[in-house]
Order: sequence, then C-alpha cells, then structure tokens
Amino acid sequence: MSALKIKKGATSHSAYNLRPTFSDVVERHTLAVLVENEPGVLARVIGLFSGRGYNIDSLTVAEVDHTGHLSRITIVTSGTPQVIEQIKAQLGRIVTVHDVHDLTVEGASVERELAMFKVAGTGDKRVEALRLADIFRANVVDSTLESFVFEITGAPEKIDAFADLMRPLGLTDVARTGVAALSRGE
Amino acid sequence: MTRQMSGAKMIVQALIDQGVDTVFGYPGGAVLPIYDEVFQQNAIRHILVRHEQGAVHAAEGYARATGKPGVVLVTSGPGATNAVTGLTDALMDSIPIIVLTGQVPTFMIGSDAFQEADTVGITRPCTKHNWLVKETDALSGVIHEAFHVCTSGRPGPVLVDIPKDVQFATGTYQPPKPSVSHYQPRLKGDMEEITELVAAIEKAKKPIFYTGGGVINSGPAASQLLRELVKATGFPITSTLMGLGAYPASGEKWVGMLGMHGLYEANMAMHDCDLLINIGARFDDRITGRLDAFSPKSIKAHVDIDPSSINKVIKTDIPIVGDVGHVLEDILKVWKSRGRKTNAEAVGKWWKQIEEWKKVDCLKFTQKGKVIKPQYALSRLEALTKDHDRYICTEVGQHQMWAAQYLGFEDPNRWMTSGGLGTMGYGFPASIGVQMAHQDALVINVAGEASWLMNMQEMGTAVQYRLPVKQFILNNERLGMVRQWQELLHGERYSQSWSEALPDFVKLAEAFGAKGIICSDPDDLDDAIMEMINHDGPVIFDCLVEKHENCFPMIPSGKAHNEMLLGEAETQGVIKADGAVMV
Repeated sequence: MSALKIKKGATSHSAYNLRPTFSDVVERHTLAVLVENEPGVLARVIGLFSGRGYNIDSLTVAEVDHTGHLSRITIVTSGTPQVIEQIKAQLGRIVTVHDVHDLTVEGASVERELAMFKVAGTGDKRVEALRLADIFRANVVDSTLESFVFEITGAPEKIDAFADLMRPLGLTDVARTGVAALSRGE
Repeated sequence: MTRQMSGAKMIVQALIDQGVDTVFGYPGGAVLPIYDEVFQQNAIRHILVRHEQGAVHAAEGYARATGKPGVVLVTSGPGATNAVTGLTDALMDSIPIIVLTGQVPTFMIGSDAFQEADTVGITRPCTKHNWLVKETDALSGVIHEAFHVCTSGRPGPVLVDIPKDVQFATGTYQPPKPSVSHYQPRLKGDMEEITELVAAIEKAKKPIFYTGGGVINSGPAASQLLRELVKATGFPITSTLMGLGAYPASGEKWVGMLGMHGLYEANMAMHDCDLLINIGARFDDRITGRLDAFSPKSIKAHVDIDPSSINKVIKTDIPIVGDVGHVLEDILKVWKSRGRKTNAEAVGKWWKQIEEWKKVDCLKFTQKGKVIKPQYALSRLEALTKDHDRYICTEVGQHQMWAAQYLGFEDPNRWMTSGGLGTMGYGFPASIGVQMAHQDALVINVAGEASWLMNMQEMGTAVQYRLPVKQFILNNERLGMVRQWQELLHGERYSQSWSEALPDFVKLAEAFGAKGIICSDPDDLDDAIMEMINHDGPVIFDCLVEKHENCFPMIPSGKAHNEMLLGEAETQGVIKADGAVMV
C-alpha cells in the first residue's frame, strides 16, 4: 500500500471504466461491435484479434441498418479481465467502429445461435432422432427416406447438447451460425 | 464551392485546400494523371525522392518538425510496398502522415495486373486507417476525411489508394468542411480523475513527471503548460526518447531521459517515487524494464488520448483519457483553485536524494589518446551547435542513444528519431523533410555508418533540392548496438556485426556533388565540425570513432530500473537466460 493511501483499483465514476482488475481468471465475454458497413471492416476487426493474439470463440456479422450503413459484429472471446478491457479499447480505436458493447457485463442479455444438423439413418434411430428433435423444438427443414435436416435455434449450450444426442443417431453434417446477442430490456 | 474536375485534379485541389505546401513522392504508371496535375500548378512543391521509403520518412520528419501532416505520393505495387516500413514507423510513433498511392484501374483489381498489390490489405495493420476509393465523386471527401483522421486524437499514418480510372474520370469536387465524421476522439479529461490526481500531487512526497511524445503531439501549447506545471509544483521531470524537448534540457527540474539507456538519476527516481505522473507516454518496454519491478512503490497516474494505452502493460491508479494540453490546463486550474499546495518539505528531501544520484555522473567519459570517443564527438557537436536554430535527426543504434544523452533539447519539434519501430535508415530522409520545412535552419542527422547506408540514395535528393543537411556519421565500422549485445549476451561472438567494405564517405559525397569531411583526430574535431556547419550545402561528415565503445548507462534486459550498469567493469554475466530472450 502506498503512502498516499489511494485505494488501488477503486471503482471509478468516469465514463471510461479504466480501473484495472487484478484477476488472472479467463472469462468468456460476448461483445457487440457496431461498425460502418464498408469493404474491409471485418478484416480490420479480425486482423486486430490475430495481430494482437486475442481469441475468437465465435463471430457473426451482418448488416443491421441499411440506411445508417451499419453492421453488427457479435464476437465471443475469452481472456483475463485485463485482456478483455484491452480488446474493447483496441476495438474502440478502429476508425470505422461506432460502438463496442460488452454484453457480458452490461446487464442481462440474450444469446441465440442457429444451427442445422443433417442426420442419416433408418429404422429406430430415425424415429428416435425425430422424437428428440421434437423435444428440442428443432424443425425439420429437409427430409428424404434416409435423412433429415434439422434446424434448431437456442443458446450455444442447447445446440451442443442436441449435437451430442444426434451423434450416435447418424449425425453427418453440422452448420452453425455463431452467436447473435442483444441486451435485455430497453 | 463544388466543381466538376478530374479525379487527378481533385487530389491536387484537395491538398491545396488542406494547406499542403510540400509533397514527397516518386512517380509511376498508376499515378501519372496525378503527376500531370502536379506539373500544371505551383502551389505545392513536389520533392522527388530516390526511394519510396525515403519519401515516407521525409514526410515524417516534416510532420514532426512542423506539427502539420506530411504528405506522400507514390505509385501502385512496389511504390506502395516500399512505403510500408515508413507507415509502420509513423504508426508506432504516432506521426500524422498521409500517403496517396496509385492503384491499377478498378476493372483490373484482382487480376494480378502489372504493378498491382492489395495495398489496403497490406497496409491495414500499419495505418491508423486506409481507404480504397472506387468512385471519383467520393474522392475529395475521402481525402478531407483522411486529413481529419490522421490529425485527430492520437495522430497516425493514413493511406488513400486511388485506382487510375478514378483519377481520369470526372466528378464533383467538395471543398473541406467541418468534419461530419463520427470519429471525434475525446479531448477533455474526466474532472473527477483530474481532481484525484491533484489531490495526489498535493500529498506526494516523492513525485515525478514522466512525459512522452504525446506532449509534443498535443502541440506547443501543451509543452508550455507542462513547463508551467513543473515550475509551479517543483517536481522533477524525466522524459522518454520521444518526448525530449517538451521540457527544456537546461530546465531546473530536468533529470534527463529515462529507460534502457536513460540517466541513472532518472531511472532511480522512477524506481523510488511514490507518485508517477505519466503524461503522454505509453510505458514502452524500453522504459519499464522488468515489469514486476517497475516503480513498485508508486501511485500511477496516466494521461493519454488513446484509451487502449491505459492499463495495457502497467496497471494505472488514476487513468485520465484526454488530450495532454486540455488535461494539463485542467490540472493547473484545479490545483490552483485548491490553493497551490504541495508537500514542499518532503519534495525538498526527495530532491536531495536525486542530487545524490546525480553525483554518480553517469554520462562521464574520458577523452584521451588519438581516437575520438563517440561521446566526445557529440559533446563537441552540442557545444558548437546549441546556439544555432537547430534540428536533430538520428538513425537507430548506439549513436541514437548517445545523441539523446549528450545533446540538449530546449524546445519541442526539434528532435526527430525512430523510437517505437527503431528503423535504421530513418534519419537521413527525415532530415530532408525537416530541412524542407525549415530551409534556413541547421539540420543535422546524427548517424551510424550502417544505418546511414540504408537510405544513402537520398543524397541525390539533398543535392537536387540544395538542402544543406549535415550527415554527422559516427563511423565505428560496426553495427555498434548489435556488437554491444553480442559482447554482453552472446560470448563476444560478433556474428555479422561489422562491414568489411565501407565506402570512402568523402568520395561518396563528391560523387553526388556534395561535400565530404573526414575526421579521425580529436584535436581536429572542432575545426571539422565548424567547417561542416559553415558549408552551404549538404555535407557527409565521416567521424571515425572508437570501434568498441559501449553505450552506458544500460538497464540490461529482464532487469529493473535500480539494476543499471554504469560502465564496462560491471558487464560480465549480467544478463540471465530469461533476460536474453527479450530484445
């Protein structure tokens, strides 16, 4: 403790919360990055992550405001609190980034992912796959006599669980969109 | 007033409207329409360099010496790739430059056309921002935005890539207008944090100001405010390599540069202080040494315009995001309104301690015998040029550190060096850029012979434009800093760190139509330096110095500030394996 008796790491009332946290625990954060929809903007964001050695667990991007020319990139990343703060600050300096939200710390949020599963099989396995799909509220979007394509939406954990169940029943292909997320309330 | 014109004309018009008077460049196929417009006007002077890297460093030198953005014009493909080192250098040191590159026509992009390169892709990580302009109507707006981005917030290099068909086509020119860009970095610091810093200033027993290039980038007013704050509080001040000149070297509270080759008193004060006030510096690894032993007893305040600099490597107790000038103004205002208090008695004791450290006299050297010591050469250069209207550039290596140690900088914008990237070959073209901005000033590039040779082709530029830049080469026939590290770290195995075939620098100067001076005797040095100063034209000064001199003081890699080496006697086995990994 310093002679000046300023409490290190005290909470700031500043608009920028720049006080460091001291944990070395790796956390998973979902970031929503609002960017100008222009060529190369995704490359800037991805290049930042690869260039500085940050993790990307999942990433989704699409235009969300055609007239405002804005896209929303949802990135799930992991790192110590210091790394997460640094990622947000580095994203914030990109000229075409309008806003960075850390949905993990800014109040409650909802996360959803869409996935499609192709399951091939006949007889009991086929019936069981259809029964489980019904429990998981997955829709059949394509069917042949020997296969289904299921469409499922939910939190990533739910999709993981569904994948685990489908694997012994003849799962052949998976396509996942990555996480889209929004804060709850207004 | 909007007008119809060709894209090429638009580019020149936009530069004129932005107040540009000098462009450094090199023509080529993809920028011929722009060069045709450059030919037909007189408002902008174009400096033909001999290599595109030289153009970018010259623009950096111009930017640093004026505070205005430097402008570069080069062609596609190799023109653009040759600019990459300079762009990276400018990004690391936060120098505002604008690089305009030609590109193959839009309908040929992606076809591996002649002199095609993915310029915006290649330069994305080494610019603050870049643009590929595909429509002539958008061109003037993008160029004005480029000026806004490169000079706002933390300055940096930007690049605009312009396909040749966009240059030929006609479009509507938009003159500059107040920026409507969403990019508006915050300038004012948070008052609550500033008040907290002022409270810490009032109580501190062992405070120190640690200032950096951000003070220079904030403009001359920031340097004035810094001087006022230092004078009013009586606190000691140290600076990074990039910040030299913000506070005068002759100033009463100056304790010298800090860091790996910084002064003993500055590093000891950093280590022992109880309040560290970082103003516009970024805790670079050359400054901090071993992180877990960096200034262990201090409260750390950090003023920076870039939020990502704060808490990047050193945990900060009082973070203040804002422009240095604005924040200093507010600090002074709050501190005065609270009654101008400091803990004068404790600070007085602190100064006594600092005076003790100063007695170590860490820069002392003895010039004896008939071989010039590099420290002596720079001491004489300082003595003979300090009263001139003087600008100093450097290359990278031992000579750069000696220049920082033995030359005194009284004002901002007079010291041009490659700090972050450490670019050998920076100094000579930078000196050309500085001389273009200050035609009557004495511009000296302190160089090592190895660095200087990396961009020696720019002698042609210096001679063509009659730029009287003085190339003061400390010639030890070695890559001195590499040699020093090999001595300390690699068992004195001097792998590839000397040149067996150096040119005769006097003849080289003459071959370019310039003047060459050689000096090897300490007794002749003063006369030779005076001859260099008094010659009206570019000079290569070949100063033959002691070949095995090491640069001290030195914080070895992996060591703390209070574990400095002061001289040759202390160098055996000091760097352990974990330190040897670091650069």
